[in-house]
Amino acid sequence: MALETRPPMSPEADPQAVALLAGLALLSAVVLVWRGPGASPRAPLVLQGAALSGLVLLAGLVDRDPRVVIAALLAFVLKAVVLPALVDRGGDAVGPGRPVDRGRSPARSLLLVAGLVVLGYVVARPLGAIVPGPAGRAVAAGMALLLVGFLLLVTGDRVRAQLVGFLTLDNGISTTALLAAGGVPLVVEIGVSLDLLLVVLVLRVLAERVTLAFGGSDPGSVRELREVRD
Amino acid sequence: MTVTRAVVFVWLALAGPFTVAVAVLVFRHRSWVLVAEVLAAGLVLVGGCGLLASTTGPGTTPVRALGGMLRVDALAAYLLVVVGAVGLTATWAGLDRRRASSRHGSRYATLVCLFLTAMVLAVVADDLGVTWVAVEATTIATAFLVGHHGGRRAVEAAWKYVVLASVGVSIALLGLVLLYAATRAAGSPTLSWSQLTTHPPHLDPAVTRAGLALAALGFATKAGLAPMHSWLPDAHSQAPGPVSGLMSGVLLAVAFGAVLRIERLDDALLGGTTVRWLVLAGGLLSLLVSAALVVTQKDYKRLLAYSSIEHMGLVAVGAAVGSPLALTAMLLHLLVHGLAKAGTFVMAGRILAAEGSSAIADVRALLRRRPALAVPFLAGGAVLLGLPPSGLFLTEAALVVAGFRSGLGWAAGAVLALVLVVFVGVGRHLVTMTLGAPSTATTPDGPSVAPAPVAPIALALVASCVVAFVGPLAGVLTDVVAVLGRSA
Repeated sequence: MALETRPPMSPEADPQAVALLAGLALLSAVVLVWRGPGASPRAPLVLQGAALSGLVLLAGLVDRDPRVVIAALLAFVLKAVVLPALVDRGGDAVGPGRPVDRGRSPARSLLLVAGLVVLGYVVARPLGAIVPGPAGRAVAAGMALLLVGFLLLVTGDRVRAQLVGFLTLDNGISTTALLAAGGVPLVVEIGVSLDLLLVVLVLRVLAERVTLAFGGSDPGSVRELREVRD
Repeated sequence: MTVTRAVVFVWLALAGPFTVAVAVLVFRHRSWVLVAEVLAAGLVLVGGCGLLASTTGPGTTPVRALGGMLRVDALAAYLLVVVGAVGLTATWAGLDRRRASSRHGSRYATLVCLFLTAMVLAVVADDLGVTWVAVEATTIATAFLVGHHGGRRAVEAAWKYVVLASVGVSIALLGLVLLYAATRAAGSPTLSWSQLTTHPPHLDPAVTRAGLALAALGFATKAGLAPMHSWLPDAHSQAPGPVSGLMSGVLLAVAFGAVLRIERLDDALLGGTTVRWLVLAGGLLSLLVSAALVVTQKDYKRLLAYSSIEHMGLVAVGAAVGSPLALTAMLLHLLVHGLAKAGTFVMAGRILAAEGSSAIADVRALLRRRPALAVPFLAGGAVLLGLPPSGLFLTEAALVVAGFRSGLGWAAGAVLALVLVVFVGVGRHLVTMTLGAPSTATTPDGPSVAPAPVAPIALALVASCVVAFVGPLAGVLTDVVAVLGRSA
């Protein structure tokens, strides 16, 4: 059984639709940073997942490939329904009312995001050069999404914030893969999606254990294993 | 050996542990749960030995299964032997009737078997994407094993382990995506390692270089190389002894196997040195981190974890030097370190159970008070320090010599200096814990220790001393080195 590969996104795909969907995914990440860790991340994550599965659907419709359309529906269920719901539940478990905004202002965070987006466009230039059509022009959005995901992960000091960062990072990689290469081989795609689902589930269970063990605090503030305390 | 029979060994190594995991879930009988992990590791070892015989020697070819999705060459077969031998040591020495009959006993056994399955898949997969999926699956399988003991520190370690390891490995996925995009742009989309190395397409150098560098960095996270090592001391120190042994002795080696494949790809596709220099930098930095932190270390399980970072640093330097001598020493180092570390971690777990503390300061005069624990622990420590007749003495000497011969004398000199610092740091702590007279503050007889197997640890330590002198191994290692693009 050879690893089946999907066709790349056709250069005939509507450039405006590709740019709109990639832009929406990136915008959702900007909203996540802007609103901060206190607000529910569910709506932006749903938007992000929907935009990503919309890109898959677009590729399927352009190529008239029913398998890709089915893949888009599965991606929607996983990335726009199941995972955002799981991530949001994680936040509830540690108490969303806890003040955690350690002096970070939204303006400063957004400025950082702007810098990362520019960086994303710079580092994606060689990749964009080898991908023909509108996908090549939009691939920088995937790279920028990934970098913003890193930012969310690094600065997130709560269970939910770290999960949001992790999911955004993964969505950034998926967007880059889809735009630059029409996705990865199908078997790998299924494996990656399964791994992602299981990692988020494992983190959810661990988050509950953290809450029990540390009495409502979160892993970001847990520092029992620091080298200096040994 | 016929190809058909060799394929049976592939399935024995891959489906064997998975079947045992399923069987544990179905038949939850205590005695079955007790031996399941040992059986799973034994199946991997038998499969690995069979495949090593099939893939080394004149006229042999890689064994393929599942339409080429699974491909076992001499390197994969050797790594399977490492997984099986070290896995057998850790699981056999870690047999625990109390754990097997506890409420979470079957879950523990199932996860260990799934962990072994994921590592085997990571080794035998030809497609780098499938290797990535399997490496990530090892994180999922071990998450609850790291937190098995419960308590604040174990939960914190498990959380950090999953987050840091998953993010690190995500970097590898991004790298593979870039590599795949480059192959698609060249008209032959693939992530098949054998296809890319045997018929290297002409790829865009900038995208390919970035992809390979990110893939190497991502897999190096799981291999415990600095500066992406921060999950390792926490996870290894909090996991149960046998799991620490498995993670340290096998998981790091399997993840490093993926780094080796990426380094070979860099050589085949770009004729470049990007990954090689990254691996060298990671190796030297790992040695530096280990040297800096073992001297002032206060926890003996973390001490062993930093020792693992040191040994992976040595392995990385060997891979970067890249000469046949260095690669042979590096491969032998993986096996010997795994065997010795698995046994030593299991003994560290038993000392923790007996003494009730993992602080070095709380354990004194162990040789007098608990010789049954102290002797194997000290012997394992001596092998890990590279004291003759440890096989690590030979491999470390060979790595340094190979470094000087390959024009990397400055790196070999740095390795020598850092290894000496680690030697002094670890040796001092081991002596403090084991030698001397019991102080008045020390309880002469602490909690009783349940009888546990010593034979596997003794066997592993003897093997780690004599394996370098086993005649046929030289021929086998020559064939493994040839897979990495170097002929002896």
